[in-house]
Parts: sequence; C-alpha cells; structure tokens
Amino acid sequence: MMRCGFAATAAALFAAVILTACGGKQQWQTTNITGVMPDLKFTLTDGNKQIEHAGAYRGKIKLLYFGYTHCPDVCPLTLATIGRALKKIGPEAKQTVVLFVSVDPKRDTPDVLKQYADAFGPQFVGLTGTQSQLKALAKRYRVSYSYDKPDAQGNYAVNHSGAVFVFDRDGKVRLLMNRTDGADEMAHDLKQLIES
Amino acid sequence: MCKSSVLLLALCTLLVAPVFAAAPITVSGAWIRLIPGDAPCGGYLAIHNNTDKPIELTEVSGPDFKRIELHHSMGAGGMSHMTPVKSITVPAQGEFSFSPGGYHLMMWRRNKLDVGQQVPLTLHFSDGWTVRATFTVKGAAG
Repeated sequence: MMRCGFAATAAALFAAVILTACGGKQQWQTTNITGVMPDLKFTLTDGNKQIEHAGAYRGKIKLLYFGYTHCPDVCPLTLATIGRALKKIGPEAKQTVVLFVSVDPKRDTPDVLKQYADAFGPQFVGLTGTQSQLKALAKRYRVSYSYDKPDAQGNYAVNHSGAVFVFDRDGKVRLLMNRTDGADEMAHDLKQLIES
Repeated sequence: MCKSSVLLLALCTLLVAPVFAAAPITVSGAWIRLIPGDAPCGGYLAIHNNTDKPIELTEVSGPDFKRIELHHSMGAGGMSHMTPVKSITVPAQGEFSFSPGGYHLMMWRRNKLDVGQQVPLTLHFSDGWTVRATFTVKGAAG
C-alpha cells in the first residue's frame, strides 16, 4: 500500500517534470484570469490633468488597482509590494505601468495623486475621474466601492476592492493579484508576462 | 572598605539589572509609513506584555500628531475596509502586533515628518500605565 503511494507520487512528479521540461503551459503563481474579464478601457484623469485612455499605455504590462490616498495601510502595502516585485524584475520593469485609480476624487485631486504615486516609484501613475467614469470602470471589472459616514472631523473611510488586475501589452486581462501574494510571486508572473 | 563598596555595587547591579530587563510593557519594531501630502500615515509596532495580566491599549499620542486612532484593516482578495477600534488587548505574557494589512495606527500629522526621523509617541493603557516609544519614519514604500 505504502509502496503504491510512493510509486504514484513518483509518477506524478515525473509527469510534472516532463510537462515543465516540454514547456507546456505557463505556470502562474498568482491567479490566472485570462479571458474572464473585458479588455482594459477607461476614461480618467491623471496627475497632469489629461484624460487617459487605456490605449495610452499600449505596449506595456498594466496593473490596475482601486484605492484612495487616505488609506494609510492596505493601499500603500499593496503598492509597496508591487514596487518590491518591480525592483526584483530589474530594468525590464520599465515595460510595466501601475495604474492606481482613486475612487475618492473628492480628496484625491490630480496633484495629490501625482505626489502619492511618485512616492512608490517611476512606474506608478495616479488616476481618478468623475463618479460616472469611476463607476463605469469598477463595473467593467465587477468591483464596487462605497464611502463610510464621515466622522466628527469630516474624515471617512472608503471601502474598495483589494484586487490588482493585470493586463498584457494588448490590454487583455491576464492575472489577478492581491496583497497576500508576495513580491516574489508577483515578480515571477510579471516577468513571465513581459517575456511572453 | 573599598572592596566591599565594589562588591555592594556589583550586587546592586545584579539585583537591578533583571528588574530593567523585565519592564512590564515593552515596545519593538515601531515605525511610521510616511504618506505624501496631508493624508494620514500608518503606524506599526509590537507591544510586549511581560506581566501576568492582560493589558489594554486605549490611546496613542504624540506632539507631532493632531490625532491618532487605532484601526483594523479587513479583507484581502475581496473588499478592503478599515474600522476604528476603541482599544486592543495584549495578552498576559504575550504580545500584540500592529502590522501592515492588519491593525495599524491611523495618524494625522500636526508637523511635517521626514524619512529617517525618530518620532516620540506615548502609549496609554487602561490601568494608567503609559509607555514612551520611539517610532522611525520610513518612506511610503516602507
């Protein structure tokens, strides 16, 4: 019985090695969502106050994340993890762009967003838009956002998606990452996308 | 005379040293994530409770901040949200960590902070204990 188990494990391992050696399908360490969501498309504003369409980043690997700058924990943690992943990739990281879309346009003016995005590295771009532009983009990727009631000082928390959507050079959706994925896993998959 | 003084001093050191080592509450790894502009910063630390009773942290204050709240982030893959909490409990002979993606201090600045700066803060506990801690300011990317 025991022997049988060993034999089966060995056979499975052997099969896995053969598959990998034959360069079968690409192995992903984050979640492969190829084909399950529409191509990247939006109308938003960036720190230079221009309207950006997804086409502006054609040819780059695009990472899309929804957040807001008055988020002291999860948003910078996610962006910092992406930043570490990009550092691991090295010079090829120039072929990526991280689109940080603020769903809090009331506080996140283009100037605030530019300053914020710049703090994470040259690949980071802060975008925002009108409520209808933001809602359209959120709906496209089946995420939502909402605002908590302001406290006595007028501060409010924003509930937002924790997901990072990754699109290839042509804007096709490929991967879903989140902050529990490590920088190593992100770097592995982004490098694989850059080189494919 | 001299010899016995030295001996007495050595004895005192021996007696006092363990008292310092076993301070009832200690803090380690305290840092602040500096966010550009006026947005609040995040603060992180580990609190060690060396006593035999649970202790409750109710407030954190410091001269460089207008307001500091204790917050908890929840949700990873799905929706992320942040809730203020009134206090946190550090178990007896245990520790509690404020760490990225979980519990954190939400800190509204009064004064400008710079990366590398050492910032004093005071932790207030429900039974009247106060503990001073020094936080290191790091960049947005940690």
